[in-house]
Amino acid sequence: MERIQPASGALADAYIAGCRVGELRLQRCGSCGIYQFYPRIICGNCLSDELEWSAASGRGEIRSFTVVRRPISKAYEAPYVVALIKLEEGPTLMSHIVDCVPEAVAVGLPVQVKFAAWSENVTLPVFTLDSQRGSSS
Amino acid sequence: MSLLRGNVAIVGAADTRVGVVPDRTATELCIESILLALTDAGINKDEVDGLVTCNSMAQPMLYHAEAIAEYLNIAPRYCFAAGAGGGTTFAVLQHAASAIVTGMADVVVIAMADSLRSGLTRDQAMLMQSSTGHPQYEQPYGPTVPAYYALIAQAHMARYGTRPEHFAEIAVACRAHATRNPAAQMRDPISVDDVLNSRMIADPLHLLDCSLVSDGGAAIILVSAERARDLPQPPVYVLGMGEGHGHEHISQARDLTTSTARESGQGAYAMAGLRPADMDFAQLYDCFTPTVLVELEDLGFCAKGEGGAFVTDAGIGPGGQLPVNTHGGLLSHCHPGNPGSMFALTESVWQLRGTAGERQVTNARYGLLHAQGGIMSSHSTLILGREPR
Repeated sequence: MERIQPASGALADAYIAGCRVGELRLQRCGSCGIYQFYPRIICGNCLSDELEWSAASGRGEIRSFTVVRRPISKAYEAPYVVALIKLEEGPTLMSHIVDCVPEAVAVGLPVQVKFAAWSENVTLPVFTLDSQRGSSS
Repeated sequence: MSLLRGNVAIVGAADTRVGVVPDRTATELCIESILLALTDAGINKDEVDGLVTCNSMAQPMLYHAEAIAEYLNIAPRYCFAAGAGGGTTFAVLQHAASAIVTGMADVVVIAMADSLRSGLTRDQAMLMQSSTGHPQYEQPYGPTVPAYYALIAQAHMARYGTRPEHFAEIAVACRAHATRNPAAQMRDPISVDDVLNSRMIADPLHLLDCSLVSDGGAAIILVSAERARDLPQPPVYVLGMGEGHGHEHISQARDLTTSTARESGQGAYAMAGLRPADMDFAQLYDCFTPTVLVELEDLGFCAKGEGGAFVTDAGIGPGGQLPVNTHGGLLSHCHPGNPGSMFALTESVWQLRGTAGERQVTNARYGLLHAQGGIMSSHSTLILGREPR
């Protein structure tokens, strides 16, 4: 059984192509300057269509999280940590926190992106606790 | 003053059996609820010229309300099936009341039913659950529905020091109400320890922080206040309504601990000319315990961040400062999905008629009802009263 794969689409495919080469791609608005996630055909802030892909730092902090004890399907091995990550650039995205025991995860901890294979063709971002930055933020 | 305040009244209300009802399909439950509500209102089916339903997950139909009208052999001039998740019930009331005030319909039936317990296989139920969330940027991470609400709970705990015991108090209070309701699906009293010792589903939510999976249906009849005076039941007046819509996907929420229940509530209080302190009871959407805590704060029953203290000290159970979910709520009465809040509506009608039996709130004059859909995404608030004001 395979994990849930992201639905395909031009913008989603460009995002996933970035993940494949180790880049967490956000859109940056050429008009108002904000970064946005998820990708859209317009800037959700000023409605400009002058959007450029920009590689994010991959650094962020945990805005919230939960430990899923009862998985959505057999393809997911419980427990797993689903988190909302606030990126340094501003936007929030949903992801997993990996490579640690669930008990180590807390709101406010700094995290760093890494990339994980979701299927033969799809790579997605996941996050690890950033021990270098400790709990300074 | 709003055209809506006090000009529309609920004159009939009924629930079917709820819980596990394998001998009725979702459609049949919907029909049964309508027949019971018409009888309660003393209205003939041929007088019904407005019908509002929501679609069923167990027995979906492309044109659900039309199919229900066809089943009853009626031909309403105002007819639609709404879909706003858990917020569907009170959101449609705003539309139906507007239709009556503007003359688009005179007698509107709102009826909703589903059979999530008996009408879906476990695989169908899990598939439905995995379709929640953004199909590209959320679903692949495998969040379950409890997990989405756990994100709200953890954020509240981190920001305001709220504890799992506070969430547990909400489940305990709803169950205490349900023990006084012979119709409720779960009637055995529970304690805070029972909640905290139940299986962890998605931290910090335990099994008993999660609502039920049920079959059931309910319906109400809505007419103008003028028409209501000629009908047998004491009218229950619609005094205030409001909505707030902040996001769809939780990863896009501007704030995890403050919702647009705030705007929704402000709209309803302004229309009614009433304040939180005027409410004799509240029915607050309780798909998971943290939603009640956030709603208590956002609807002004306590200050932001003090929901935990409010449920513990002021009390929301029977005899508490603000009885919440007097029928038992989605946590203990029943939760058949989108129709869930209909039972909060019919219960409120009975509370304001003074016919709620052992669970009657003494001298109840005003009640506030709130529902949310998505993941604290869309909110609707309703204030009802036994006088038109």
